[in-house]
Amino acid sequence: MSQVMKVEIQRYRPELDKEPFWQSYDVPYTKEMSVLEALAYIKDELDPTLSYRWSCRMAICGSCGMMVNGVPKLGCKTFLRDYPQGMKIEALANFPIERDLVVDMSDFIAKLEAIKPYIIRETEQTPEDGCSIQTPKEMEQYRQFSMCINCGLCYAACPQYGLNDKFMGPAALALLHRYNNDTRDEGKEERMAFLNAHEGAWGCTFVGYCSDVCPKKVDPAAAIQLGKVDSAKDYVIAMLKPGE
Amino acid sequence: MSKRKPYVRKMGSTWWTKNNFHTMYIVRELSSLVILAYSVILLFGLNALRGGEAAFDAWFAGLTNPLAIVFHVITLLWTLYHATTWFSLAPKAANLWIGEKRVADNVITGSLYAVLGGVTVIGLLIAFVL
Repeated sequence: MSQVMKVEIQRYRPELDKEPFWQSYDVPYTKEMSVLEALAYIKDELDPTLSYRWSCRMAICGSCGMMVNGVPKLGCKTFLRDYPQGMKIEALANFPIERDLVVDMSDFIAKLEAIKPYIIRETEQTPEDGCSIQTPKEMEQYRQFSMCINCGLCYAACPQYGLNDKFMGPAALALLHRYNNDTRDEGKEERMAFLNAHEGAWGCTFVGYCSDVCPKKVDPAAAIQLGKVDSAKDYVIAMLKPGE
Repeated sequence: MSKRKPYVRKMGSTWWTKNNFHTMYIVRELSSLVILAYSVILLFGLNALRGGEAAFDAWFAGLTNPLAIVFHVITLLWTLYHATTWFSLAPKAANLWIGEKRVADNVITGSLYAVLGGVTVIGLLIAFVL
């Protein structure tokens, strides 16, 4: 026996609206229904004009980030049964709204690309050189930070990014930390300028909400604080070795 | 022709009231104001100490004012709250390893509480016993 939930969604149609407005839908649901399925029901049965992003339905593609009752969530990993009081859904905070629940993430993507998120070697290795062996301890230095799915929930949680989008933000700084702490990587020097900048690790005031909302249990706040330690060390070393 | 017209939402000065986590963050950060006021009062005390016994006693008498006592209780509670938030965040900023094992978060947080407890006991001993 299904129940009916009133789901409020913030709509924005750029060709028609000056600003977003709220629209209410009655959605029948069972306890297995995710927010993403509720949106699909609305689009299929009630209002085909609703726009939202989705792909995998299993919390790995990072497409369906949205605000549910003011909290950044993945639509596929959030269930109607947990919101007996009803839900208000809006586009992911801190990003410009393109249409309805679709946001413009190009600034976020540009930041991820800027920090050189790939292994940099001074001399290229060939398969003949064999494996790059890592101990469990070496792998543990970066493993959790490599679990990021680029969903942008941490940017929606971060007031520093919301107040000033020049700030590199949680995911990009966590990714920077991930590559700087990989023993196979030799590109740390190329990334330090991003970390040391005012908009880098030092733009973070350790609110900690980014780590709280991460659907993959990555801890960007930890990466950034450890990044501050790296940045401080880098500063002292530069002071002791002027001219280098 | 493109119909793109991205809508940018303004955060506004009340952004921190809309989310519980953000509200508690601001409560944590606002403790700096009472700690600043407390430090200024303490600086006046140091200055009074330089001015001789009478000046110090006058400053000290001022602290017995009920308003001063209320202020100090608020400062103590707020500072303790700030301390607990930082103790719980501390493991994020510490990547400590013993051999091949990472030091567990609760060991780091527990040590900070132990240090706080130890320093408090020493402070109370100095103030009331010695």
